[in-house]
Amino acid sequence: MAELLQILISGLSSGAIYALAAVGFTLLWQASQTINFAQGEFVMLPAFFVLAGMTLFGLPLWAAILTAFVLSIVILGAMFKKLVVEPMLPHGTMPLVIATIALGLLMKESVKEFYSAQGQPFPSLFPQHVMDFFGASVSVQDLCNLAVAFAAIIALQLFLQRTRTGRAMQATAQDPRVAEILGVDVKRMVMYTFLINGALAAIASILISPVYLAKFSNGETLGMIAFIAAIVGGFNQIRGALVGGLLIGVLDNLAAVYISAEYRTAIPLILLIVIIMVRPQGIMGTSEGRTV
Amino acid sequence: MTAFRILFLITFSVALLLAPIGQSNYIIYILCSWLIFSISAMGLNLTLGYAGQISLAQAAFMGIGAYVTALLTMAGVHWLVAVFCSISATFLIGLALGYPALRVQHHFLAFVTLAFNALVFLVLRNEEWLTGGSLGLVGIPRPVFGPFDTMKQLPFYYFTVVCFLVTAGAMAWMLRSPWGRAFKALRENPIRANSLGLNTTRMTLLAFAIGSSMAGLAGALQAPLVQFIEPGSFTLILSLKILLMVIVGGSGYFFGPILGAALVVLLPEMLRFTDGYYLIIYALLVLVVMIFSPQGLLGLGRKLLIAMKPRKERGDLKQGAQL
Amino acid sequence: MKRRVFAGVSLSVMMMAMSAHAETVKIANIAELSGPGAAAGSVWSDGVDLAIDEINAQGGILGMQVDMSKYDTQTDPQVSRALVQKAIDEGAFALLGTVYSSSTVVNMLVAQQNGIPQFTASEAPSITQKGNPYIFRTNWGAQKGMPKIATYLKDQLGVSKVAVAWANTEFGKGGHDSFVENVKAAGLDVVADVPSEQGQADFSADVLKIKNSGAEAVFIYLTQEEAARFLMEAVKQGLDIPRIGDSVLTSEKVIDLAGPAANGAKSHAALTIAADDPLVQEFAAKFSKRFGYSPDYNGMKGYIGAYTIKYGTEMVGEVNSQKLADVVHGLCLDANTYPGVLIDMCWDDVGEVSRQSYMVEVKDGRETVSEVLPAN
Repeated sequence: MAELLQILISGLSSGAIYALAAVGFTLLWQASQTINFAQGEFVMLPAFFVLAGMTLFGLPLWAAILTAFVLSIVILGAMFKKLVVEPMLPHGTMPLVIATIALGLLMKESVKEFYSAQGQPFPSLFPQHVMDFFGASVSVQDLCNLAVAFAAIIALQLFLQRTRTGRAMQATAQDPRVAEILGVDVKRMVMYTFLINGALAAIASILISPVYLAKFSNGETLGMIAFIAAIVGGFNQIRGALVGGLLIGVLDNLAAVYISAEYRTAIPLILLIVIIMVRPQGIMGTSEGRTV
Repeated sequence: MTAFRILFLITFSVALLLAPIGQSNYIIYILCSWLIFSISAMGLNLTLGYAGQISLAQAAFMGIGAYVTALLTMAGVHWLVAVFCSISATFLIGLALGYPALRVQHHFLAFVTLAFNALVFLVLRNEEWLTGGSLGLVGIPRPVFGPFDTMKQLPFYYFTVVCFLVTAGAMAWMLRSPWGRAFKALRENPIRANSLGLNTTRMTLLAFAIGSSMAGLAGALQAPLVQFIEPGSFTLILSLKILLMVIVGGSGYFFGPILGAALVVLLPEMLRFTDGYYLIIYALLVLVVMIFSPQGLLGLGRKLLIAMKPRKERGDLKQGAQL
Repeated sequence: MKRRVFAGVSLSVMMMAMSAHAETVKIANIAELSGPGAAAGSVWSDGVDLAIDEINAQGGILGMQVDMSKYDTQTDPQVSRALVQKAIDEGAFALLGTVYSSSTVVNMLVAQQNGIPQFTASEAPSITQKGNPYIFRTNWGAQKGMPKIATYLKDQLGVSKVAVAWANTEFGKGGHDSFVENVKAAGLDVVADVPSEQGQADFSADVLKIKNSGAEAVFIYLTQEEAARFLMEAVKQGLDIPRIGDSVLTSEKVIDLAGPAANGAKSHAALTIAADDPLVQEFAAKFSKRFGYSPDYNGMKGYIGAYTIKYGTEMVGEVNSQKLADVVHGLCLDANTYPGVLIDMCWDDVGEVSRQSYMVEVKDGRETVSEVLPAN
């Protein structure tokens, strides 16, 4: 029992962070049909902004995080949209897929070349105190990660449903032409989506790095998981990405303990194939229309 | 076929035959590698450029082809038999994988093939009794055809050239046959093709299966070239690299993947003088090409050509096939 | 016949080297400078650079300056094979690299075909078991350390049930197989056998399995970041059994990454800068000064490899690949006379290395040597 509980808790705290990356993935797909193969690197990079701020410019942790946040929104949000996505959008999905692959490689190699090829320790925002919960070990850090990730996703959901801008963004995702006719500034709404993705990536990066350490190649595994989580949960719902992320986090641990450690990464993949065959819109998805 | 085209083909073939003369073993090895990746990329071009489907499992199919050939030839079976098995196996797996995926919705083949590629890696690594596990298979023999032994680098190059030319010829013939024309119809306007009585799903499935079997052939060539295979050589990263070859070269153009493969295989080589920065420069170059010419390099070339000498063209054929 | 071909090859290599530059010796370093192996490959490569610059400053090899070329394999065995070919085509008479065993296993075939001696950082047992007369290790293979670890577990710690957490890659696989074989031979029970993925981030399931298996000690054979994540998770879940590893587990980088979680980890290490030895300390100081970080076993291996080429060639008295390979087989170098090898070492007739080793423990965030074990 304690064993199962431990698996669930550990799985959920990893899953919450996968969900953050997956939500960003879904958002970009909704707003601009961008399949972002650099999403994993988007989560890898902000941690290095923080580290660079602290080691190279001597900033205190809070200031470095703030700077990293701003940089992520500007570089991973605005510049990515303006310089990479916008010129390619009229030419369909394919060139953009290739461009994001190249962008991922660029980010990875730049971090390696200009910062370090080796993993780096990353300061934790939360105390690492461990509590006993019916025989399972839970760290304060795990609980805080879970809370921050949930808060971010719920805030996003509320923003999209309750505010005027949020609803305009949804309209843009559903049908940009109609939205335009109705007076929505489509370009700006798409830009907002990219800015939100940059911010989510920064949050995920800062939460995940104390546990996973900061390394240039971290994006490879993370990007793949975010991708699977987004599809499994449903590519057209952000709550789908949330469910997908949590599910993959738990499933990965369950598979490693009860099925086979050698095939632990196969279980989410098989789930993905089954979902596509049986319920292509994803667990939480609706078969028609797209909503953010 | 225009005179220009015939001249180009002849020049290209002669260049292929003359290329390795006087070159070091290393350059010949790189040339072999380029031809093998060209075959694989041409296969993906069939799926992507003609049938409009993204496959992210080209590396997995190369891996299956390579392992089948490696295991058979190491057991003493001749390469000719082994390559037949590699091609058939990848064709059948392609059918089995594509059938359910294409039934659903069009961009879902990309997701299914992505998962498939990762699964193939796991099986190759974990089923040690068959595949040698993460340590791979070492000492794959190179084929011998009577007096012609491909053990040395130069004979192996000519052997690869023959395989490449046969494949390219078969593909050109296929695209010119009525069946190939149906492909082009499918690419230009799927709805219209459907209303004209073409079974688009079946056509797409066949294109995917044939494209996959070409990866199987490429794998069957790669195993004896490197004489070593391991699961890590056939991961998703390689699939993305092959996709890069097709798109950067120009998808839907016959020579696109060949040019793309040359760039992907040779460019890092040419940029090596920049030391640690060459992957950064390489990534930047790809980004720039995609931003300024989303149709790939051949698309860019065509654009320039048209811009330089405006030709009379029937307006209704503007969108036509440009093979 | 073969000999003569090799001699011919090396002669032509020599002439190429001569004609290119009258007074240089060509050596190539083929390493993982990008891709997943970049962390290990770049440290190795820095070690090589440090040694080559020193050698050149001291007058080179046989009075000739060393012309060293660096090749990046991108951690891809196929690329590494092509690059070994290229390095040989370009006239290298001896090779350094590669670090990852999956690369070395394939590219050493090319070096063998061309009769060029190759000094590798790889530790997979299979490398010296293939009868290749041109491959030389710079540190002993995993199979040589495992019996010592098994003895330690059984006699010093007195445990009967052990768990093993290993990286399911070519690196971890060889070490794992050799470990399991040795502890079973020693009469110990392997109660949990937990493989993990390359780049795996979440080790909670791994630690949980070991915790519930009743193991009395755990052997950790993972790469640096993964080892650090494992140690952190082990502390979190309260896994309080002895944690034993090889050189990686107690290396500077793991201590840096895992922080206090690394305290108490023990390892059987071949090369460590914690060794209380003036030559090792001097090397560590020079390395840190030049590159701004402290070296680990890979840096030491690169340094030793480069110096071995110098010493071997000078014993032969000429730049000759075949003679260099011949002389290193069965060679013993004494660190007092040959300071570049740092610690006394010997090569046997298949290129395997013997050298003394250390039991290291992490105390208060520092590696400390608790015992020196004789060479085997």
